[in-house]
Amino acid sequence: MSADTAITARRADFRRSVAAKVMLTPKGGIAGAYLILLVLLALFAPWIAPYPYDAQNLKIASQAPSLANWLGTDEFGRDVLSRIIYGARTSLSVSVTAISVSVFVGMALGAAAGYFGGLFDRAVTTIVDLSWSFPEILLALILVAIIGPGLHSTMFAIGIAYLAQFTRLTRAQILSLKGETYVEATINLGASHGHIVFRHLMPNALAPVIVCGMLATGDAIILEATLGFFGLGAQPPVPSWGAMMSSGSALIFKAPWIIIFPGLVVAVTVIAINLFGDALIRALDIRARLREG
Amino acid sequence: MALLAVRDLSIDIAGIKPLDGIGFAVDKGEILGIVGESGSGKSLTALTVMGLLPLIGGRVARGSIRFDGTELTTLPEPDFRRLRGRRIAFITQNPMTSLDPVMRVGAQIDQVSRLHLGLDAKAAQARSIALMERLRLPSAATVYHHYPHQLSGGMKQRIVIAMALAADPDLIIADEPTTALDVTIQAQIVQLLVELVRDRGVALILITHDMGVVAQACDRVVVLYAGRVAESHGVQAIFAAPRHPYTQALIRCIPRDGMAPGSLAGIPGSVPSVANYPAGCRFHPRCDRAGAPCAATVPPLEHLPSGAEVACHFAETREVANA
Repeated sequence: MSADTAITARRADFRRSVAAKVMLTPKGGIAGAYLILLVLLALFAPWIAPYPYDAQNLKIASQAPSLANWLGTDEFGRDVLSRIIYGARTSLSVSVTAISVSVFVGMALGAAAGYFGGLFDRAVTTIVDLSWSFPEILLALILVAIIGPGLHSTMFAIGIAYLAQFTRLTRAQILSLKGETYVEATINLGASHGHIVFRHLMPNALAPVIVCGMLATGDAIILEATLGFFGLGAQPPVPSWGAMMSSGSALIFKAPWIIIFPGLVVAVTVIAINLFGDALIRALDIRARLREG
Repeated sequence: MALLAVRDLSIDIAGIKPLDGIGFAVDKGEILGIVGESGSGKSLTALTVMGLLPLIGGRVARGSIRFDGTELTTLPEPDFRRLRGRRIAFITQNPMTSLDPVMRVGAQIDQVSRLHLGLDAKAAQARSIALMERLRLPSAATVYHHYPHQLSGGMKQRIVIAMALAADPDLIIADEPTTALDVTIQAQIVQLLVELVRDRGVALILITHDMGVVAQACDRVVVLYAGRVAESHGVQAIFAAPRHPYTQALIRCIPRDGMAPGSLAGIPGSVPSVANYPAGCRFHPRCDRAGAPCAATVPPLEHLPSGAEVACHFAETREVANA
């Protein structure tokens, strides 16, 4: 193969890759770019944010947006923009960690229940259905009330709240995949349970779980903001979007920028995640792949 | 002593007996055809030999399956798993769905030799590509990296065959390996299987409902009807002088050159379901030669001096040597 055709082939490979399929659509591209920007802001917050998140200056409390403070200041004179940038750290780390753990544990539980069935399956299904009957927010509120407010208990509560979803999804996937001919063929080849589950069932069950995880991350950001709004999330002075909105709600007519901008960021972020998830569904082409077989 | 000898095998699935006293043997370098309509117990026989009956809630009720000196009916599952894929390989009916859609086909062949022969990734890849070339897959090194959806049906079936061969088994069971393929590809695949048996000296059990495939490939044929052996003999003899009316009917179903339009015969009716097998000979309601004893007594499987076996009260008695 000449160098030229190698490059052409690699370009073709890229265009076919999932990343390219997502980023090359208008919706997926814009949403993806926004999310990448948000992650970069969160990662490099100390270098990007114009002020420290806890720098109080009561002389400039509750001031409207200006050249010095682009998004205004809050009731303690802290820079709203800087606090939103730092707040991205809280919001993203809580939601991504919680959903990751949820996906991981949910897939393990769901796969074991779906593959082995029997008493274990019934136990898991019953518990999961029980927790499924609570709205996520109620479940998370109860859990935080039990273990006490804070960053880690928020992660834990959100993780548990979404566990049922991934357990059920994975279990259903494994149940339908278990009957596929290629799984039977693998049994005929003398493969062990571990090999069948990890090499064949899990990879085939992954695509919908990834998409569902992506969309759940959006929900988790709202849930994190909600818990923050009730003062159950990150504790002051650590900034979180929900807590910012909560403190801004008292000044909603006098200094609306304190509540509007964090609220706007939450909304835009969740919309971006959903658009990105949509593009991902299309790129992973779940339905088409099931047809091809 | 044959490599695989099945004797008087009966199985029980939730109280019903879909296989009743099946027997056959196959040796290395030999191709045994198991023929019959849908529902005659062909695939179930394969499942039983593979030791997968418990998966569908069945068990061996009677009889023995001896493979290379080992009794398989009582073999514990962990030992059986080491046998599957390693010494007894299975080629499934439909290559379209027999491959994992999210795994490269090369890796799927690799996993067999890595699992059973303990090869490392590199050795397994070299072995798989050599095997794919042997199976005449064009540009094997490229196809190795393809996903199943990028391949045609014939290519997929070659991959499935390569998976079956990857650990150098002694016995291959192919359950209708050509049913899902284009007619033009069917002959190629059958030819390939025949070559493999001759070259490598493996034993092959070819399960099919197609008497044409049997004539092309097999050395010996077992005709199953409703879970019992109807007739069994060498392939030339069975085509030259079928003794059982069911075998005769099956052979009449093969389209031939120069047939008058509309003269291709079928067999009226269908195989009865396991739940309501008729008493006596199970074929008698569809048989044009059936007489008084057929509905009353089960015809015993008679062993004739020529090596033929036939279970019919009114079997053709003319002797024909297997040329």
